[in-house]
Amino acid sequence: MSNLLELDNLQTTFRTHDGDVHAVRGVSFHVQAGELVGIVGESGCGKSVTCKSIIQLLGSNGRITGGQIRFNQDDLAQKTPQQMRAIRGNQIAMIFQDPMTALNPVLTIGKQMTEILVRNKGLSKKAAKAASIAMLEQVGIAEAARRYDQYPHEFSGGMRQRVMIAIALSCDPKLLIADEPTTALDVTIQAQILRLLKSLQQKTHTAILLITHDLGVVAQVCSRVVVMYGGLVMEEGSVEDIFYRPQHPYTQGLLASLPHPEQTSHRLSPIEGSPPGLLNPPPGCPFAERCPQRMPQCERQPAFYSQGAGHRAACWLLEDKGVQV
Amino acid sequence: MSEHNAPLVSVRDLRKHYRLNGGLLRKGVAVKAVDGVSFDIQPGETFGLVGESGCGKSTLGRAILRLFDITSGEIHFAGQEIAQASEKQLKPLRKRMQAIFQDPWSSLNPGMTVQQLVAEPMQIHGYSREEQRERTETLLYKVGLRQEHLQRYPHEFSGGQRQRISIARALSVRPEFVLCDEPLSALDVSVQAQVVNILQDLQQELGLTYLFIAHDLSMVRHISTRIGVMYLGKLVEVAPANTLYQHPAHPYTRALLAAVPQPDPRIRNLEQATLRGEIPGPTSVLPGCKFCSRCPHVMPVCRREEPAMQEIAPGHFAACWLFKV
Repeated sequence: MSNLLELDNLQTTFRTHDGDVHAVRGVSFHVQAGELVGIVGESGCGKSVTCKSIIQLLGSNGRITGGQIRFNQDDLAQKTPQQMRAIRGNQIAMIFQDPMTALNPVLTIGKQMTEILVRNKGLSKKAAKAASIAMLEQVGIAEAARRYDQYPHEFSGGMRQRVMIAIALSCDPKLLIADEPTTALDVTIQAQILRLLKSLQQKTHTAILLITHDLGVVAQVCSRVVVMYGGLVMEEGSVEDIFYRPQHPYTQGLLASLPHPEQTSHRLSPIEGSPPGLLNPPPGCPFAERCPQRMPQCERQPAFYSQGAGHRAACWLLEDKGVQV
Repeated sequence: MSEHNAPLVSVRDLRKHYRLNGGLLRKGVAVKAVDGVSFDIQPGETFGLVGESGCGKSTLGRAILRLFDITSGEIHFAGQEIAQASEKQLKPLRKRMQAIFQDPWSSLNPGMTVQQLVAEPMQIHGYSREEQRERTETLLYKVGLRQEHLQRYPHEFSGGQRQRISIARALSVRPEFVLCDEPLSALDVSVQAQVVNILQDLQQELGLTYLFIAHDLSMVRHISTRIGVMYLGKLVEVAPANTLYQHPAHPYTRALLAAVPQPDPRIRNLEQATLRGEIPGPTSVLPGCKFCSRCPHVMPVCRREEPAMQEIAPGHFAACWLFKV
């Protein structure tokens, strides 16, 4: 299968009062058509900025300073804002953590849904309304025809996220970027939304790039996982590689810090310290400062070493155990 | 729900109703945030309180500390009735019950140094200057911060470090009881385990009793002795932590646990998480069981009459008609 999306050494910088923040410092990974890939990491690791770089929603102070974003063999980093507008929504759609701020509070749900269909797909208003109601039904909103005329505040958090998903998928995008889509939701509603995303992915073959800090969410729905830390990819592999054969000390530490259901009397094993700031990122491996296995060479950035098909990690410990990739 | 020892905290039929302003002509509706809750907390235990947003768990925790006036019911703290106590009567008790809150960014005054923040409660409760200084240093060491941090301001610390400052501040006046209101929710995964370990170490060393409110069910299991599950202002189940997870009785508890995404790709449990619908608004008035609108086992009696809490196994309580003896 060919790659739908390929990131090659992506670098994104934000200009702030305190200096340049290097939020993404050379990130490479790919997403195949129809695949569900997770990006997991802690706050400030660059996972959200990576995704916002793909669709170039970086705000006025953010800038892609290097690398390539190939989408269908086309480099998005070279597109004009006008060309990007044609791609956003049509070919790449995005849903965010907080569906209340993503929806316009003074427009009905129906108005917000048909607007996109009329503009992007050239449907008539009548056809757009029918398509919108069908889409609302598909994401599990009961009485869709009545709800169509309601305003966002009349919907609960879970229902709003369903509306967001309906809007995002209404133009049949090839890729859906979901940035912490269930973080603001309760656990029983989270389960409903994750099931919905997964079933829509299987039905429509839309690739999904799911950003989350929750390892449980990753294990439940993703087929491949990218682990990020300090603006860099630490490890990448299938969900089984990451959960059963983690190679990077950061991935290992993250999994070890979770409470074990059967051994509640055991002390937890946290990773000491806290994630690095990206104003003056450390020159070498960003995890070195907290790493229990730190060595002198960690002051230089390690290369990626292959740990099996599709599994790679950036750590000097693997220098003798895998081929550099 | 009597147990062997005299409980440190004892709550009977506690209610906290808020009146929503209905506007000029309409009568306001009552929000029954906590609606008839009874339970005990034994000295030295950690009582976990779980439930989805809006279930009333934070209101219940704060009502026990008497951070506001309650509507009705009894609260006994160390044998004293405090539900109707005046602010003056409460003051000597305040130092015996302290709190740690969710957001370490808003719970610490940004204009105060760490030293001032930790010493302030001691100042209020009449500790000598000498004692204030001594205890501040000891506590800082206990929560894993260093002498050089004393003169710094909150913005210079990470989320995990701020939560350590909050812990030192809460413990400065030697409380017996600490309300931990979602103290981990704002923290990164790798940092949560650090804070849990500190809380557990200090509990052992100082014989503390915790009321631990959270929505992360796996961390609650790890830290709690017993757990209470809340739904729409009611406790629906109380059991020892492991019993609750291994033999959940109430259909809501079962649904809640089934929805937790397990960090293990072999246990893809989300397909089994089948709870439909959403938590009704807290203003809705249902005559029967509050969960009957979502319950997969709903019976006619559930819609008519509210089930009472009863002991279904030693130490295991549930309020559900399925267990009516």
